[in-house]
Amino acid sequence: MTDPTPTVTDPTPTDRTPTERITAALPGTSVVRIAGVGKTFGTESGGVRALEGIDLTIAQGEFVSLIGPSGCGKSTLLRLIGDLTAPTAGSIEVNGKPARRARLDRDYGMVFQAPVLMDWRTVAKNIELPLEVMGFAREERQKRSGELLKLVELEGFAGRHPWQLSGGMQQRVAIARALAFDPKLLLMDEPFGALDEMTRERMNLELMQIWQRTRTTVVFVTHSIPEAVFLSTRVVVMSARPGRIAKIVDIDLPQPRNVETREQERYFELVTEVREALRRREGGEGQLAPPDADRIRAEGLA
Amino acid sequence: MAVAAATVPRARRPTLGRRVRIALVWLAILILLVVVWDGAKWFFGDPWRIHTSFLGLPIDIEHRPPMRARIATDLSLPHIWKVVEAFIAPAQRNGPPLGLVLAGQALFTFREALIGFAVGGLLGLLLGIGFVHSRLAERAFVPYVVASQTVPILAISPLIVVATKAGWVSVAIISAYLTFFPVTIAALRGLRAADARAFELMRSYAAGKLAVLWKLRLPTSVPYLFSSLRVAAAASVIGALIGELPSGIPDGLGASLLNYNQYYSAGPERLWATIIVCSILGLAFVALVRLVETLLTRNRYRPVAGA
Repeated sequence: MTDPTPTVTDPTPTDRTPTERITAALPGTSVVRIAGVGKTFGTESGGVRALEGIDLTIAQGEFVSLIGPSGCGKSTLLRLIGDLTAPTAGSIEVNGKPARRARLDRDYGMVFQAPVLMDWRTVAKNIELPLEVMGFAREERQKRSGELLKLVELEGFAGRHPWQLSGGMQQRVAIARALAFDPKLLLMDEPFGALDEMTRERMNLELMQIWQRTRTTVVFVTHSIPEAVFLSTRVVVMSARPGRIAKIVDIDLPQPRNVETREQERYFELVTEVREALRRREGGEGQLAPPDADRIRAEGLA
Repeated sequence: MAVAAATVPRARRPTLGRRVRIALVWLAILILLVVVWDGAKWFFGDPWRIHTSFLGLPIDIEHRPPMRARIATDLSLPHIWKVVEAFIAPAQRNGPPLGLVLAGQALFTFREALIGFAVGGLLGLLLGIGFVHSRLAERAFVPYVVASQTVPILAISPLIVVATKAGWVSVAIISAYLTFFPVTIAALRGLRAADARAFELMRSYAAGKLAVLWKLRLPTSVPYLFSSLRVAAAASVIGALIGELPSGIPDGLGASLLNYNQYYSAGPERLWATIIVCSILGLAFVALVRLVETLLTRNRYRPVAGA
């Protein structure tokens, strides 16, 4: 990273305004560098190859979505980046460090499909949880949770408990918690997958606003094509068995994204492009999925 | 957001009407118990006759039960009113009423049980914490923990009491011995009960074991621990009573249990009175634990009212 002070030890990590942070984020600086990564579950001969030959570089300030059929290893890839599991091949660097080092340096925030809030803590205390673990002083924690509650527009709910909130509100608390320590990278694993379509679209808009304000790099796993296209700067389309990157679609929709984005011609073109990339990988248009192609080539059948 | 704060549901508390209903049901069960008890005596008990006068009116009631059963004789099952009478009657000639004596002894036994409960509960929790962090320790020691409870406590309590010669302290040790087990078993479960993703969340914060224990494992285990603490509270009273029997301590309920057992035929109702006080002590202790639990978990989500 170009930022010399690690976020965690930075005594005033919130002093930078969003604009300052955008200028601080040099375009082209890579936050995530994945090279030749593979993941096989189970060490026996019958191991399942979840991921194979993944190369991907994510730049500072990007919003990258991972999309693909179930079993394509998109969640596994996210967990590899977050060092929640280790790759069996290749290397992953986050902020120029091995993924494990980056985790220990608290470089990323995680958001899961379920909010995973602690029901004995108030909303504010849930947001402060990572700050408590990281040893922030009480005043600093309270200041920070206050700011984040404002960011996710839940100011009036600081003293409530998670179970008193709707599903969408709970997920906003989870996002605020992930952002609490100002991580350089936000990893989101189908964060809106459990929400209804209307809430989901609203959450998409809100996430866009949050992203535009914080300019945190986001890696976002989803199985919704419209969601991926609307949110992302790039969509990584993956194929299954073994999980590979099938295609990377650049989303050149203008920023900031808003309600009208979904009505643009270009938006529909991109949705179609992603959809076709997904369909091709299922072998729908007479094309063979890579493993079969490999086999045919290996056996000299072609 | 658009949701008004007032529409958000708050914690449900039992209303006054509900509380009254619960109390009424509780009372009804108590009355039913009395009816069954003395009903059994009416049909199967010993014959009795009241021959006295009340305000100058002569009273002469005689009852001959249609059948006889040994379980319902006055020796096995004294009349409820005899037991009530025993509470009021002096325990010794010109002494305070038995009820008062038993209440004082109950307090003494409660102190032993409470100390045993605290020590045993803490020990149980610490064992659970240790086992959760070391599979090896869990594999190696849990069988012994289980075995410790299959040892007849009745047989080893005299050994402990005699060997330690520590009076009420040795009684508390026996009480702790019965207390720690359910807590350890519950801790083993509760400390692992958190959502796998919550553990991953802590991992992503690079949280140390202590932080995970303090901020995730222990809070998650609270409902599990309290379920076991209720069992443990009842067990700690039993442990204290068993410990008192061979100890020769005259201040606890154990002394009365022993005494009235010995002189049972001379006054069975006094043993029954002591048994009732022992039960009330256990109930009160469990209720106390329940109260603490309610206070500690009042902010948690309860899917079912009263659960």
